[in-house]
Amino acid sequence: MNLETIKSEIEANVPGCRLEIVPNNSPSGQHSLLIDHEHALFVASFLRDAAHLRFDYCSNVTGIDWPGKEITEKVKIKKILDGVEQEVEEIQKTQSAGHLEAVYHLYSMEKKHGPVILRMRTEDRAVRIHLPSLTPIWRSAEFQEREIFDLYGIVFDGHPDLRRILMWDGFEDHPMRRDYVEPDDYEYEPTPHDAVLQKAKQHLNETGGR
Amino acid sequence: MSATTAATAHFTLKPSTDGGEGQLLEVSMGPQHPSTHGVFRMDVALDGERVVKLKPVFGYLHRNHEKIAETETYLGSMPYTDRLDYLCSITNNWAYALAVEKLAGIQVPERAEYLRVITGELTRLQNHTSVIGFLLQDMGASGTPLMYAFREREKVLDLFESLTGSRMMCNYMRFGGCRADMPAGWLQQAQKVVEAFPRFLDEFERLLSGNEILMARTQGVGVLSKELAVDAGITGPMLRGSGVNYDIRKVDKYGIYERFSFKVPLGEHGDVYDRYMVRLLEMRESVKILQQAIRDIPPGPIMDAKTKIRGFRPKAGEAYGRTESPKGELGFYLISDGSPNPYRYRVRPPSLINLTVLEDMCLGQNVADIVVILGSIDFILGEVDR
Repeated sequence: MNLETIKSEIEANVPGCRLEIVPNNSPSGQHSLLIDHEHALFVASFLRDAAHLRFDYCSNVTGIDWPGKEITEKVKIKKILDGVEQEVEEIQKTQSAGHLEAVYHLYSMEKKHGPVILRMRTEDRAVRIHLPSLTPIWRSAEFQEREIFDLYGIVFDGHPDLRRILMWDGFEDHPMRRDYVEPDDYEYEPTPHDAVLQKAKQHLNETGGR
Repeated sequence: MSATTAATAHFTLKPSTDGGEGQLLEVSMGPQHPSTHGVFRMDVALDGERVVKLKPVFGYLHRNHEKIAETETYLGSMPYTDRLDYLCSITNNWAYALAVEKLAGIQVPERAEYLRVITGELTRLQNHTSVIGFLLQDMGASGTPLMYAFREREKVLDLFESLTGSRMMCNYMRFGGCRADMPAGWLQQAQKVVEAFPRFLDEFERLLSGNEILMARTQGVGVLSKELAVDAGITGPMLRGSGVNYDIRKVDKYGIYERFSFKVPLGEHGDVYDRYMVRLLEMRESVKILQQAIRDIPPGPIMDAKTKIRGFRPKAGEAYGRTESPKGELGFYLISDGSPNPYRYRVRPPSLINLTVLEDMCLGQNVADIVVILGSIDFILGEVDR
């Protein structure tokens, strides 16, 4: 089933939704559909309920972390140099916010086709990390969205039971983030070597030999 | 401290929800309970013998497999996939190899495809036998069924050992083929095991299927409806036990499965007995596939000559590959950024997702049924927690 056709069908049936096809250059050719937050539930229930689509089975739900990148741009700026206005090229460095992404792989058990891949993106990685939960549409997302909340820190609004699942409740960070730093869980080792020696040295430096 | 006081320390009493005089008993089942097949806990609330709430607690075996894989090369993760579902290392290898092959567009030679089918179906045989053995063990049939099952499993593990060098952690597949060809006489040995297998199944069925206690403990217990199974993304024998005809070997026809004639057994009631029966019948179908594959396996190379498995760098892009593992749909989702390590490596664990409906199946049942229902799900904690 062609993703272009599915996209235009969704657009016809869910008024106002903003969709974008995210191309995939690998030989797998599995392109995906980026959907907006406000219409996500409508798009999902259309895909599940439309008689000829019937994507009744949400197989895989994944989180991905895309940290912000440093963007270097050459900008021409007008400056007054020696009393004369001149155009000078300057290099500007800006930090993009990055985003977190949730990916849903949908199949149809009734029609035996698929996959259709949906993506949703948060606006940044720190504050605006909310996405609508698709668990009300596909129950199979329940544990998987909890896992993404646990390991990536995406907050799924409308999830019936959003708690940590793999890490314990008192844990604070999100270990699958690309910039996650392991806590200093140094333990005394009588004959440290290699990576353990490095860790021991670093720990002893930081804590003043204790 | 006596044994009873140590045990009661886990229990708390709360007023009953229905306003009656009874009290709710909260029990923490696990993490060191033999029926949980590993370290897994359930917070259960009981009204007398009846289950009124059940919340599973995960993570005791969590090691962040996915994070570790992001720091490894593509090949470096292959042996680690053995440790996901440690009863079925070969089908785990297969799912991962399939995803990488989709990501990089690799063709697999004919002989390697046959080797994959043979080892994969042998894995299914030994998984299903041990699961049935464990289920009976959980029911209190101490010893005999499990020992019968393990006797057969040993024969398959011997085959794996002489082919791959390891009984359980096989690390057998590579992107573009398999690691080692069959040693001399292996195929004849495999054929012997396969030919003798139906006799064992007959024996097993005579021993168990009509057994009064087994029927009383499993029929009508832990019923899972068709609709809920599909909605909750249940896969594998559990889904087919509820009567949904969905087998990825038939739907995706990955590898060379379209060449074999085999049936997909379906249950009717979706209870524990149907799940047990579906597994038994699936083994008979696996034997059929094995007979055809052993008959037809052609000579030839077992690795795609063009694929460099060391220094392997797929083009930037992503792929999701899935297989019908003995537990259900095992998938791998990979994102490549063109470097030697995957940018994102995700395992779609059937064991975890099949546990989604655990509470739904246990509500209203007796506390002793939890053990049986759990045994019929067939989950492995190495895959649940990753």
